This record gives sequence, structure tokens and C-alpha cells, in this order.
Amino acid sequence: METVLISVLNGLVYGMLLFMLASGLTLIFSMMGVLNFAHASIYMVGAYLAFTISQVLGFFPALIIAPVLCGLIGAGIEIWGLRRVHHNGHIAELLFTFGLVFIIQRLVQMTWGMLPMAYRVPALLDFPLFHLYGVNFPAYRGFMLLVSGAMLLSTWVLLKKTRVGLIIQAALTHPQMVSSLGHNVPQVFTTVFAGGCLLAGLAGVIGGNYQTTEPGMADSMGPIVFVVVVFGGLGSLAGCFVASIVMGMIQTFAVVVDYSVADLLRPLGLAISGDTLLTEVLTVPVARIGALLPFVMMVTILFFRPRGLMGTRDA
Amino acid sequence: MRSLFRRACFAFVALLMGAAIRPALAQDTIKVAYVDPFSGPFASGGDEFLKVFAYILQKVNADGGALGKKFELVPFDDKLQPSEALIALKSVTDQNIPFVMQCTGSNVGSALLDGVSKYNARNPDNRILYLNCGALATELTNELCDFWQFRFTGNVEMRAAARVKALPKDVTKVYLLNQDYLFGQSIQHDTKKWLAKLRPDIQIVGDELMPFGKVQDFSPYIQKIKASGAQSVITGNYNRDLNLLIKAAVDDGLNVRFDTFLAHLIGGPTAIGSAGEGRLFSVTEFDPNVPAELNKPEAEAFSNGWRATHDTDFSEIPFLTMFQMLARAIDKAGSTDALKVALALEGMKGTDLVGAPVEMRKEDHQLLMPYYAVSFTKNVKYDAEKTGLGWKTDFIATTEELTLPTVCKMKRPAS
Repeated sequence: METVLISVLNGLVYGMLLFMLASGLTLIFSMMGVLNFAHASIYMVGAYLAFTISQVLGFFPALIIAPVLCGLIGAGIEIWGLRRVHHNGHIAELLFTFGLVFIIQRLVQMTWGMLPMAYRVPALLDFPLFHLYGVNFPAYRGFMLLVSGAMLLSTWVLLKKTRVGLIIQAALTHPQMVSSLGHNVPQVFTTVFAGGCLLAGLAGVIGGNYQTTEPGMADSMGPIVFVVVVFGGLGSLAGCFVASIVMGMIQTFAVVVDYSVADLLRPLGLAISGDTLLTEVLTVPVARIGALLPFVMMVTILFFRPRGLMGTRDA
Repeated sequence: MRSLFRRACFAFVALLMGAAIRPALAQDTIKVAYVDPFSGPFASGGDEFLKVFAYILQKVNADGGALGKKFELVPFDDKLQPSEALIALKSVTDQNIPFVMQCTGSNVGSALLDGVSKYNARNPDNRILYLNCGALATELTNELCDFWQFRFTGNVEMRAAARVKALPKDVTKVYLLNQDYLFGQSIQHDTKKWLAKLRPDIQIVGDELMPFGKVQDFSPYIQKIKASGAQSVITGNYNRDLNLLIKAAVDDGLNVRFDTFLAHLIGGPTAIGSAGEGRLFSVTEFDPNVPAELNKPEAEAFSNGWRATHDTDFSEIPFLTMFQMLARAIDKAGSTDALKVALALEGMKGTDLVGAPVEMRKEDHQLLMPYYAVSFTKNVKYDAEKTGLGWKTDFIATTEELTLPTVCKMKRPAS
């Protein structure tokens, strides 16, 4: 029981971090049809900027400034980069963001070096919030939940309850009509791209010291975020939320499960023994392949429901 | 505008050609090709080693080099890919460089070992030596051993033996957590072997392989370790896989020892910081406090020379030993001919910078050397990476203790 409760909490924290990253990506995709490969790179830039700013001004100013800077970087990328390649179609845009990944990676390495940064949790939040069966729940994880929850709420209100959200949603499905009504659609696109990057930057600020701030962080976060977006349904914010939490939970619980497929078969009277071709596959404990499960789930859902959990169009 | 651009292009091309011609002008050096990752996710290691070698070569060349010539390093980027390393090997042989050195990755190491061996069989007049300074898999000097390879660093089994010997007597329950690939499995295997041999009183309460570099959240592992009642986590994890593990342990209030193999790797102390105080342990070839503890002023001065100009620590003493032994062997052979140098290196004895005995064993071409079991603490003369904490030696596994049997059956060249 205690294992389940602690795993749920851990899964929730990790899921919410994933959601912060994936929500920006899915927002950009639903808006512009661009799968932004450089999204995790912006996450990394957010963490590095937050580290540098927190050296001078402290963590809490960094929490505001770094995401805003990331948003500005995003706006720059959209105006001077994506918009120019836009008329060459989606492949050109995709390749453009793909190239950006390497450029940003190299720029970060040249600016901050190749070693991890000493980006730490602020002292104010560095204490155990409560004890649960002898395990600490750090206050910083509670803070992460709070920030991501606030972000979820404000994004939802912005998109569903305000006039800006109305125009954004309209531009998503009927760009020409919105344009005819006198709205500046390219500007809406820039806003959305910048907004998505801002969210990635925010995730970087609070993820950078929860994990480590180093040049490899974009590479390690990138694939799993794509899995979340595809699994949740490309372009669906609600689907993205559900998928993030599911992925967070799965990865957390998988580690705790020491059973293998062979253990499942045993009660059915099928014992696996000897050294056959499948012995390795059937006897490997779930814990050892836990990190693989999200990818298995992505392949499965693409197989049976290509639009993802709550997607509106096919991937 | 256009002509300016064209002129810039010409200037750039001229610059490149200049760079290409330059090595040809410097004829009077002994070239050593250095193959390691200088780009991609593992570039931080290659980058750092390059600086370390530059520092070491200053000393070796000032001491006279070999045959009155200076050593010169020629770096090749392998991106930690065996295929890239073999392409680099082709350039090495094309440029007639007699020595190829590689310090990261057993997968790359075994490819180079094989490539060099085949090249030498085909080109008996123009053979080369593979100097292994960091491909750690035990097999490379056991089942896969080769006459043309010399390994100037301790293999996984030597490290595992040192690791197990250094465990305090009151530790009776350990948890093994390793990365699920060649190196991690090798650590897992050799640690179990030496635990059974030296510490039968220790119970292994957990034995786990985790995906290499893919885990983002270590809290579930911490929970499992806690539930197992382990006093110590023995792990070959490094970089991100180790830093996140220890961070999560501190956050969750898990109070165990982390008996690691590679926590001292560059960037580790910075990323872990005070979270590692009193609970982080490692086995090293050298660290800046060793000379002070053993009272070796010359070694201390050498280590301080590095410290004065770098933010990182000098711990690569086997690199220095390698060049010193290579220089002696070249002098003894009277040339850089691979076979003559190899025969001179075989069985060569000497002392390292702190005066510990070392030997290049003839049977398997493995350097016999000591290891230092260290802990991460505040009470040290020199801190690591300016973190305020540093490595203190708890136990020395001597060269003699780490002279382990080998199963190598080496094929020796006829002439």
C-alpha cells in the first residue's frame, strides 16, 4: 500500500513535468502543424538561463525572467526562421527545427561548457514537506506540482475563456476566415510559438535543478516528450495531460514491478526453462525495461488508434 | 558584397590548407594519434582528456621526450562510435602515425583492437601499436587479448576487487544497481565474483540493471533500495545516471552509502555537490589529495600546476605513466618500430608519479597498478572542482593486491 501511494506521488510529479514540456509542443503542433523538434532544446536553454540568472538575482526572479527570454527566443525563431521556410511545406519546417536542435546544442556547449552546472534547488524550498512511511516528500516537488498545476489552469483559461483563446482556436481550423475578419494570423502564429517556448522554458527552470543541467538534457528529454504528444493525440491539450500523467505513472510503477512475462505464464502451467530464443525476452523483469514501455505504448496506439487518445486528426 | 563573401571564402580555404600542411612541416616529432569523442553527448570527456594530455606532454617533453624528439598528439573524433573509430584508424595508418591511443568506451576499444591486429597482419613492414588508456572491459586483456594492445589503466575486475576490498566491515547488505550495457554488466558480474570471494558475509539484497541514460526519475529506485534494507549501493553508474540517483536519494531521505566506481569522473562532483558528503565513495587512480596524504611533494606540485590553470581536477595519473613508459620503450628500442617498442614495453617495471610500483605484464599487456578507495568529504586539503568537498583516501589497494590472474593466450608475432 505504501509503495503504491509513494509511487503515485512520484509519478504525478514526473508526469506534470512531462506535461509542462509536452503542452507547449502540442500547442504549437495543433496551431501550426509543425512538430517542433527543437522543443526540448528550448527546455535546456531555459534551465541554463535560469541557472545564470539565479546566480545574480536568485531563483524566483529567474522563474519569471528565464521563461520570458525563452518565449522571445521562440518568437525570433518563428519570425526569422519558420515563417521563411513555411511556404516550402511542412517537411521544410520539420527539417528546419531538426537542424536547430544541433545548433542550439552546440551554442549551449560553447556558452556554458560541456560540464554539468551547479544549479541547485533554492534553500527556501530545500526541506522535506512531509514524511510518508519513512520516505521524505521534498518541498520542491510540491512546488513543482503547484507551478505545473497553475500553468495548466492558466493555459486552459486562456484558450477556452478569453477572446485571445477564441481567435487562436479559430485560426487553428479556419486561418483564412480569421484573416478575412481582420486578424493578423501570422502574428497569432508567432504568439503561439512563443507561448509554447515559454512553457518549455518554464519546465526547464523547474526541471533543471530537479534533475541536472547539462548539455545532454535535451537529448534525454526529447524522445519521451514526443511519445507523450503522439500518445495523447497530436494537437489535443487534454489528451496531452492524460498521456503525461499515464507515462509518469507507468515509468514509476514499472521500476517497482519485478515480474516478467514468464512469471505471468507460470500459473497457467507454462514454465520457461532452458536457453531458447525467447528465454531472454520472456524472463527479463519489467523493471529492467521500464524506460522502454512508453515507446511500446506509442507503437501500440499508432497501430490501433493512429490519432492518439484524444487527437482530432491522424498522426 | 558578393566579392567580400568570395574573399572570405578564399581566406577560409587558405586557412584550412594551412592547417593541413602544418603537421607535415613538423617532422621532428613522435606522433601519437588520439581517438576519442570530441563531439556528441560524450564530448566533455574527450575534451577534458585532450587538455590533460597537453599538460602531461609538457612535462614528458620537458623531460626529454624520446630519442631526443618531442611527442605530438594528433586528435581524431570517433563520436564514441566503433565505425567512426575505424575510419579514424584508416587516416592514422595513411599518415604513418605509429601509435594510436584511445581512452573512452570498450565498444570502440574492441573495434580498434581488432582493426589494429588485422592491419598489422596485412602490413608487416608498417605496423602500429594500440595504446588503451580507458577501454575498461576485462575481456580486452583476457579472452580478447592481443599482442598489439597495451592497456595502461586498470580493468573492471581490478576496480571491482579494489571496490570490494574497501567496503567497511559493518556493511553486510548491499544493493547492486548498474547500467544495462556491456560496462554495467561487467561491473555487476565482477563485483559479485569478488563479493563471493572476499566477503561471503555480505548479502546481496538487490541486483538490478537499469536502462542506460534513459531514466529521468530515480525516486522509484530509491524506494526499492529503501525497502530492501541495503546499507550500501554498489554502482558503476556515471554522469547523469549517477548524479540523478544521488540527488533523488538525498531528496527522499535515503541514508545509505553509495559505493561507486566512477563518481570522481569530470563533472560528477559539481553535479552532486554537498548531496554526496559522507555518503559518496569511489575508486580512483589518483586524486589531488593522494600526494599530500603520502607526502610526495613532487607529485603535489605537478597536480597543483594543473589546478592553477583549470577548474577541474587532475586524476589521470596512468596517462602520465603511459607516456613515461612509452618514452622509455622507444629509447630502449632506438626507434618507433611497433614490434621493437612492444617488446621493450613488455614486462617493463617502473614507478608512477607518487612512487607506487607499476608493471606492464607480459602475459596480457595489462598495466598492474594501485587503486585508491576514496570518500567525498569536507576535511581535505584540495577540494574537487571547487565544490568545497574533495576526495579523501580511505584505503589503498596496492599493485600487488591487484595483480589478478589472466586467461590471456596471446598470439605472438614470429619476428
